[in-house]
Formats: sequence, structure tokens, C-alpha cells
Amino acid sequence: MKTRKLLLTFNKNSVEKPIVYHLVKDFDLIINLYRARITAEEQGSMILDVTGSEKNIADGIAFIEKEGVSIDDAQKSFRWDEQICTSCGNCLTHCPVDALHIENKKTMKVVFEPDLCIDCLGCIDNCPYGACQSIFQE
Amino acid sequence: MKTYDEINEKIASKKAVVLTAAEIIDYVDKKGVEKAAQEVDVVTTATFGPMCSSGCFINFGHSNPKIRITEAWIDDVLAYSGIAAVDLFIGATQLRHNDPANLDYPGEFRFGGGHVIEKLIAGEELQLFALSYGTDEYPRREIRTTFTINDLNQAIMVNPRNCYQNYNVAVNASNKPIYTYMGKLKPNMGNISYSSAGQLSPLLNDPFYKTIGIGTSVWLAGAHGHVYAEGTQHTSDVVRGINGVPEEGAGTLALTGDMKEMDAEFIRGVSLKGYGVSMAVGVGIPIPILNEEILKFTTIADRDIKAPVIDYSYDYPNKTGKTLATVTYEELKSGTVNILGKEIESSSMSSYEKALTIAGILKAEIEDGKFYLAKPFKKLPENQKMKSLSVKD
Ligand code: SF4
Ligand code: SF4
Repeated sequence: MKTRKLLLTFNKNSVEKPIVYHLVKDFDLIINLYRARITAEEQGSMILDVTGSEKNIADGIAFIEKEGVSIDDAQKSFRWDEQICTSCGNCLTHCPVDALHIENKKTMKVVFEPDLCIDCLGCIDNCPYGACQSIFQE
Repeated sequence: MKTYDEINEKIASKKAVVLTAAEIIDYVDKKGVEKAAQEVDVVTTATFGPMCSSGCFINFGHSNPKIRITEAWIDDVLAYSGIAAVDLFIGATQLRHNDPANLDYPGEFRFGGGHVIEKLIAGEELQLFALSYGTDEYPRREIRTTFTINDLNQAIMVNPRNCYQNYNVAVNASNKPIYTYMGKLKPNMGNISYSSAGQLSPLLNDPFYKTIGIGTSVWLAGAHGHVYAEGTQHTSDVVRGINGVPEEGAGTLALTGDMKEMDAEFIRGVSLKGYGVSMAVGVGIPIPILNEEILKFTTIADRDIKAPVIDYSYDYPNKTGKTLATVTYEELKSGTVNILGKEIESSSMSSYEKALTIAGILKAEIEDGKFYLAKPFKKLPENQKMKSLSVKD
């Protein structure tokens, strides 16, 4: 069993397709959906974990792409700008999975671990410097 | 025993021995106070965090025809113009015109005076819009133009209150979230927020203001500035612990420096959800090791510095004076603290990492003979209490 985090981007033609249903039913994948959004321009974004056999994941991805939905690394939905971050640490207690954390207590530098991020947006509201951004924010 | 002059001579010949306030702790542990006091000339301290009582004076020079500005906005942020014709004061917490503030609670407060000042220092273009009633010698009644810091005659930062000696640690004991200048505080003491560089912080390393006084040279966001007065709310008559280090707010400094020498990495606009805008300031202050006593003060470590935990949902706004507990910065920096039997996740508003960077930069500048010490010409007030405002009916 493998897990991959995916960011799906739907366009006007694909936004109404029941992609998740098919991933479960046809490819036997376990889905953990973090966040989904459709804008007034009928563009959609969805971030999810898919868990299943390597072959089923590959087939599922091929299916998604065939349906006209583009796939990206999940992390591209959320951006942490190291240049803007001051390592103040104010976000730390608002990140439920410690994706933002301090590795070295001597320097107290804040680092970001993209694989852990679940796009909860907790840090975005709590970064005084605007170092965190997500395509899901309002 | 060393004098300011002797240390400055060593700096001039690039022979000064300089350590940061973090490095000095282990150094003195190893070498002992006596030996270390002979060897070390300067200890550098620093801090970086939101300091609301900050701002700057700027001068535009005159347009043709001339204007005596009576109202002004820079990038839509109101600037104070009740001074000379083309002088303005930009305050860090001034909110942009038309910002809905907390009408849609909690507000986002995306842009304000602190952001204007950051843009200025970064050399970015800003917009000036100003009005006047017109006079015989200043006939112009309106002006709209763009400018950068290079177009200004002067841009002088003037911060009435920086470098709080110590600070409150904030929690929220109520059952709903609150939004404060210490960040979002989760209900039922769900998190805890502090704001101090602890063992690196200038006035914690000189608790009785023996070397930091009026006239002391400081590193202000890259500029070589100085302490021009006691900071507003400077309170020296406070509860003190190990080494005489205050266990509450205490002393403050008023700082000034030339913004044309500053680096925008160390002056940053701040947006605090539900609270407002502010500005983060990076400051470094050198402490001359004139004698063993002064050295001993600089060896203070996070484990020895205590701060009061205050409930910002009730005790802070209602000024009850109640403290829930005291904690050390070592505990706070560890990520979790135990308050009244409850494990609470901690985080900070100020950046220790940036403070460490500044202490390192100042150290390097002194070693390179680029930054000199100035002997204060007046001491900060001792045994000074804080007054309250009584509301008369
Ligand atoms: S979006 Fe959520 S999970 Fe990701 S870094 Fe921010 S707080 Fe952490
Ligand atoms: S709150 Fe923002 S600036 Fe502060 S550590 Fe987190 S990401 Fe960095």
C-alpha cells in the first residue's frame, strides 16, 4: 500500500465530473480529502491523499488525466516563503501537524516540511508577515 | 577595569574581543568571571519583534508652487502633518484608509504604517496625496505624486518605545478564541504566546541600566542610531529575580536612526488578525565589559529569566493585576509549558532567530572596526513607577 498526496485542478469542462467516486469504485483507492474549492469562474481545486496498490494509484492517476483534470504535487497548493518568514514562531501552535516547526533549539529557526502539510490554512491566519499562502485561501 | 575609550581604541585597531550574549554564557562558565572580564571587551545583545511605538519623520522638500501640508496619506495611510510645511510623521500602527478594521471580526489588517515604512526602507515607490487650505506663501492646495526614500531630504526613524526589558506571556482562560497583539489565543488556555529574545535581549543583560542609557549607540535595523530618551512606560521599580532581572515588563528605550542606512530585512510591517497593524523592529545593542559586575549581568540565561503569565481574556483588559503563574524562557522556548497542571503549547511573537542574526552582525561590525561604543550622558531613571490613568466623572 502506498499513499500519494495530489492536487487536482479542474477546468470548466471537468469540474462536474465525479472523479472521487471513480477513484474509490473503479480503482479501489482509499481517499482522504483535505480541501476542495470551486470558484465563480467554475475552476476547481481539490487536495487529497490516495492510498492503494502502486498499480491502482498509477491507473487512477491516468484516469484522472484522461478526464481532463490536471495533477500537481500537492505542495504547490501551499507556499511558505522562506525569504519572508522571520522565524517568529507565531504559526507553530496553529499548525496541527507540525509541518512548520523548529528543528534546532539553539537557532530557533522555523522550517517547513511540505510532506506533512495538510493545507488546513491555520498558519495563514496566524502569520503576521504573510509568509504563508495557499490557493485555497479566500 | 576598562574604559569606553580603551575599548573604542581596540575597536579602531580591530582587536576588540566580542561575543554575543548567547556565546558569553558558556564562555564565562569555562573561563570564570575574572579571566573573561579581562579578555572580553564587548557583548552584543539583540531583539526582533513587533514594537508598536515606532514611526518616522520624513521631509519632502518643496514643490513648485509650494504647499503647506495639512492632511496627508502615503499609500493611503494617514500621516501626521501637524508640524512644519513638508514634514510628516508616519506611525507604525496607523491603518490604511477604508480598511474595515474589525467590522468583519476578526479583521485582517493587511496594510498600515509599518508596511509603508518597510516599503520606504526597501527603496520601493510610494504615493503621496496631500491637501492644504492654501496660504499666501504656500498657495498649492493639493498634491499627488510618487516618491522613494531617495527623493526625501530626511527619513529618520523615531521610536518612542522599543526593547521592552521583559514582557507578559499571554494565555486565554475564557471559552472562546481571542485575537490580541500576542496573536490568536485559543480558548481554555489552548496555547501560550511570549515575546522576548530572553537571554539575548538588551535590557535583560543590563538589568540596572549600567551601560545602556541616553546616548548609547545602537544598531537599529542596520543604521547606527542611538538611545535618545527613556522609552515611554519605562518602569524600573519592579519585581526582580536572579541577577536583578525584572520578572515583568520594566524598562524601555526610545531609539532613533537614519532610515537611509537601514535594511528592510529588519523593519517589517506586521498584520495581526483581529488586532491591527504594527511594525517589527530589529535592534542590536553592544554592552561594554567595563568590569566583572557588568560581565556577570550578561551571563543571564533563559533558564534564569522569568516572565508572568497573564490571562488576556479577562485580567489584562480589566487591569486586575493578577498573574496566573511565572515561567522561564527556557520552558517557553522548549515548545510546551506546564501552567496550573496543564501542558500548553507555546510560541512566540518575537524572533529569537532574527535576534541571533543581529547579535552576530553587530559582533562582526565591532570586530571590523565599523561600530563604536558611545558612553551614555544620562542614566535611565531608576526606581520609577508606572502611573495609571484615572477616569474622572
Ligand atoms: S496549512 Fe496547516 S498544516 Fe500546512 S503548514 Fe499551515 S498550519 Fe501547518
Ligand atoms: S508566523 Fe510566519 S513569519 Fe512567523 S515563523 Fe510562522 S511562517 Fe514564519
